[in-house]
Amino acid sequence: MTAASRPIRVLVAKPGLDGHDRGAKVVAAALRDAGMEVVYTGLHQTPEMIATAAVQEDVDVVGLSILSGAHMALFPRVRQMLDQMGRPDILITGGGIIPAEDMDQLQALGIGRLFGPGTPTAELISYIQSWASEHLEA
Amino acid sequence: MTAWGTDRDAETAQRLAAQERELTRLRAEVAAWRAAAAALPTRTDSDFTSVSGRTVQPVYTALDLPPDLQAATGLPGDFPFTRGIHPTMYRGRLWTMRQFAGFGTADDTNQRYKFLLERGQTGLSVAFDFPTLMGYDSDHPRSEGEVGKCGVAISSLADMETLFDGIPLDRVSTSMTINGPAAMLFCFYVAAAERQGVPISQLQGTIQNDILKEYMAQHAWIYPAEPALKIIVDLFEWAAEHTPNWNTISISGYHIREAGATAAQELAFTLANGFCYVEHGVARGLDVDAFAPRLSFFWDVHNDFFEEIAKLRAARRIWARHMRERYGARNPRSWRMRFHCQTAGVTLTAQQPHNNVVRVAYQALAAVLGGTQSLHTNALDETLALPTEESVRIALRTQQILAYETGVPNVADPLGGSYYVEALTDGLEREAEGLFAEIEAQGGVVRAIESGWFQRQIASSSARFQAELEEGRRTIVGLNDFVEEAEAPVRILKVGDAAEATQRARLARVRAQRDSALVERRLADLRRAAAEDRNIIPAMLDCARAYCTLFEIRHVLEEIYGSYREPVFF
Repeated sequence: MTAASRPIRVLVAKPGLDGHDRGAKVVAAALRDAGMEVVYTGLHQTPEMIATAAVQEDVDVVGLSILSGAHMALFPRVRQMLDQMGRPDILITGGGIIPAEDMDQLQALGIGRLFGPGTPTAELISYIQSWASEHLEA
Repeated sequence: MTAWGTDRDAETAQRLAAQERELTRLRAEVAAWRAAAAALPTRTDSDFTSVSGRTVQPVYTALDLPPDLQAATGLPGDFPFTRGIHPTMYRGRLWTMRQFAGFGTADDTNQRYKFLLERGQTGLSVAFDFPTLMGYDSDHPRSEGEVGKCGVAISSLADMETLFDGIPLDRVSTSMTINGPAAMLFCFYVAAAERQGVPISQLQGTIQNDILKEYMAQHAWIYPAEPALKIIVDLFEWAAEHTPNWNTISISGYHIREAGATAAQELAFTLANGFCYVEHGVARGLDVDAFAPRLSFFWDVHNDFFEEIAKLRAARRIWARHMRERYGARNPRSWRMRFHCQTAGVTLTAQQPHNNVVRVAYQALAAVLGGTQSLHTNALDETLALPTEESVRIALRTQQILAYETGVPNVADPLGGSYYVEALTDGLEREAEGLFAEIEAQGGVVRAIESGWFQRQIASSSARFQAELEEGRRTIVGLNDFVEEAEAPVRILKVGDAAEATQRARLARVRAQRDSALVERRLADLRRAAAEDRNIIPAMLDCARAYCTLFEIRHVLEEIYGSYREPVFF
């Protein structure tokens, strides 16, 4: 059996205080249309709320969407909380308005690939699928 | 008498018959033209729809005009103001060039305002950071990592005093983009003016204060809809008496459009919100003409050039007709829709960002041809970060070139009478009227927010646009066509974390230096005013004067009003 034998489970989350959810909703719908099981948190989530939801929903991937510039404070916190909750296996990916050098720094802190404005949804779908085929067991 | 009457009837009949013959001839001519045109080769790289998905004809003629064009448009300055709210438009006065700005601490932003004013900007526009937009102080746990990032952090009167240090508040007009805690920031501003010794009756500016579109699209809310609307009406009532030159609300389509709505949805949802505020003011017992002249609007100016111009023209006409006919307003100032425009942030691309200068210039032209009263032009790097001084200067210069070099402001509504623009204006008005009926069928604006109806309508338009983009049915230069493989990055503004530490220290100082017994008394008075359902603005202003913080005020009212819960879906 390959990893594709069960749907990939994804939590799409909006950390921080910004209310721009157009991107998060487009991504959530695109992942669902690509056959993944998607849960969306809604707005204004703390890292604690996101990590707890990820564990409770038993997801494989957390997708963070942020446009407020607070990614350096909030993304690593989600990583730490998931690690503390015994789920270092969960992939954290995401996107928004994140300068390239911040993306590099976040990747060094255990965050997966991050996508900027204008990314076709096909690109992140294929990223998650190829991650899943390497990391998820049937 | 009889003979004269008969003569006139005969003349009229002759004239009508001649008109009818002319129309018949034109119909035949246009039909023949269409048949011939259909046989001509047509490009396959476009489906010839507007950005909003509107089907557009290859040509427009007199047949597409409304039956009585003169009645539908009026002259500039005349009802229904389709052609503009002032008779001579920009000959009397150019639009206000108002760049939205704010970042870091109040000190940082104060410097940026002085930079802009020295370069010929004519009004100020405050961008607040997310904690402020949500009513959190800079030292609140929820503010961590967000302080000063997307706007300026204002946690009390002390920050507001710094923000306008050296900028006399009786000499500038200030727009403040704040909604959930709008009344609180307004009180900080009024108190700051008092500290400068400026008579508050002279204050000029605008507070966005539009909570309905927050629930629909922008999402910086605090309280549930009914108490939030109550506070807004409190502000209408208080301001009518004390700050008569202040625009108490800026009813905003901008965020609705940016979230994915079409031009017609932006138009209709925003106007429906406007009517909802009017109805709440009237339900309070206010005379519609006492507060309606201070209602203002804010539109997005997107890429589809003519559709955007038509949207602005239709907006004025719909507002004028409804205010006069449906709400019985008698004061012409209640009929006149004044508005601000901003070029569409959502159309900027991170790819080849210098191209954004061109997009912004076309959008700015549409805003001016649509008769805007003030304008913000986006900077080329705003999809990457907050703008640098250089990019903001280019954005401002774009407006100055439009104002002083192109000749566009010389004539009021230069596109008036254009077959295409008039047909689009008419079509958008009809579409909006259809959407008003749908909103009514959903139980009205507040019910349709609570059920998530608006949010789903917007999300579905956004999904349609995304699909068109990804299927290559819509071209965005540099994004899905005309792509550059290797791009040199542009220099962007980095707002560091220093603002957060500075703000925390400042706030600690404010808390230590103020009269804490007075703070407690003022907050208790505010709680009582809210519990007793009185107008809360006087008590809130007293809180501001006593240096109560933003979150302290938010929190006291939350005890009485509760919190908003969004319907979550995708």
